[in-house]
Amino acid sequence: MTDVVSGFLLPDLESEDGAPFWAGTARGELLVQACASCGRRRFPPRPMCPHCRSIETRWDPMSGRATVWSFVVPHPPLLPAYAELAPYNVIVVALDDDPTIRMVGNLVTGPEGGINEIDPASIAIGEPVEVVFSRVGDTTLPRWKRA
Amino acid sequence: MAESVLKDKVAIVGIGQTAFGKGLPDSELSLACQAISAALDECGIAPSEVDGLVSFTMEPNREVDVARNVGLGDITFFSQIGYGGGAGCGTIVHAAMAIATGQCEVAVAWRARKRADKASRPWAQVTERLEDHWQWSRPWGLLRPVDEIAMLTRRYMHEFGAKREHLANVAIAFRKHANRNPAATMHDRPLSFEQYMDARWISEPLCLFDNCLETDGGLAAVLVSAERAKDLPQKPVYVHTGAQGLPPQHQTMINYFNDDPLRGPAWTAAKQLWRDADFTPADVKVAQIYDAFSPLIPLSLEGYGFCGRGEGAAFTEGGALEWPDGRLPTNTSGGGMSEAYVHGFNLVLEGVRQMRGTSTSQVEGAECCLVTSGEGVPTSAVLLRR
Repeated sequence: MTDVVSGFLLPDLESEDGAPFWAGTARGELLVQACASCGRRRFPPRPMCPHCRSIETRWDPMSGRATVWSFVVPHPPLLPAYAELAPYNVIVVALDDDPTIRMVGNLVTGPEGGINEIDPASIAIGEPVEVVFSRVGDTTLPRWKRA
Repeated sequence: MAESVLKDKVAIVGIGQTAFGKGLPDSELSLACQAISAALDECGIAPSEVDGLVSFTMEPNREVDVARNVGLGDITFFSQIGYGGGAGCGTIVHAAMAIATGQCEVAVAWRARKRADKASRPWAQVTERLEDHWQWSRPWGLLRPVDEIAMLTRRYMHEFGAKREHLANVAIAFRKHANRNPAATMHDRPLSFEQYMDARWISEPLCLFDNCLETDGGLAAVLVSAERAKDLPQKPVYVHTGAQGLPPQHQTMINYFNDDPLRGPAWTAAKQLWRDADFTPADVKVAQIYDAFSPLIPLSLEGYGFCGRGEGAAFTEGGALEWPDGRLPTNTSGGGMSEAYVHGFNLVLEGVRQMRGTSTSQVEGAECCLVTSGEGVPTSAVLLRR
């Protein structure tokens, strides 16, 4: 089943901090912000490096491999577009390239897969996953499939 | 160490609250004013003497409107604390600091809301384009506070072996206390272990009974100097120590992005709280711990030092949270899960009642009571003493 596009909460693709990330996902790239001065990565993106206070940034491409750090299975009451899909999974992954970087996502069977397709009872913390890019309206969300 | 400017210098001398319910006919402003008025009457202080006001940034009622209704005088100190349920004890801390430093003499801290109104659910009031930090969680369907805390809970269970049975200990203890408190929403509504385990999911691994109530109501507290408190009718309850807590690299509610997400704001507030205190966690015999969700109890027990890291779930075993014989009777009015959820402000008032000796589940011989605010958000705590 495909996502119900209307009613999903989507990011402002032009937001000052997030725009390069969302432009990356639209191209099929998973980018993480890094400090152009000291090289430390940070997520979510923000203007200043908390380690050296540089405001110079760069965006590093990630391999897209990760492991499941935690997950939940929301049930209603939910906003209508999400309630229609419930129960579905939401996961947090830690990136293999840099396990200090964690991201919220969904576990799916592929870029077109629904967020409610995988049996939640089969999801395990620590299982390896890899990024896929799912189009939702005008936005490309990184999601994750089993590696 | 220099003597604390704050310690025992200010007392809570009056408390007031409205009825709790769903769909109360009164407006939020009316609820706030009724609670404040009751708190002033209880301690015999005239509204014109109030010169300090503290509430939450999420409080719908502005100082000007409260003052114009209750008939307050010249207000020389007013502040608001952010981060939702993290603010409750912070209002007491700010009020106490303002009195201790002479910025005001009679401060009122309050919270009123109609949370039971579906339209007031903060998570349902979102726009479709997310510009702030929610853009990193909500698009994937992590929508509500319960989803955000469930994510930390699953990780906590994984790392430390906590089980649903531990969360049931929390829910059942607080329900037992509510059944001793006629003012509690869940009075006369017992909760069994079987009911807990069979309850519908809200966000796995959290079920219905892991969630707080949705309540309409208002509560207020009046604070004055310890000196002035001696002349007032109610037994003074001293603000022994107080603290706010915002740890490094913390993100409110979706705290998944730092090195150690399970070491939350409680740990930061605790350091400050105990630093100047005459008590240690071992001396504390009663606590009111913020319980928007049951897993916040084990996380807070660890943060405030009642047990070691990862031991908070096991701490709940053997009725440890239950009046009268548990190691630490907690949320003795029923708390947010079974008395009322007014952003944790009812926990402050129950802390006061414990120190006055007037709780419906009174803990004998307790010299102090810990009251905490939201865990998982920038938070605050006070240690009240009698």
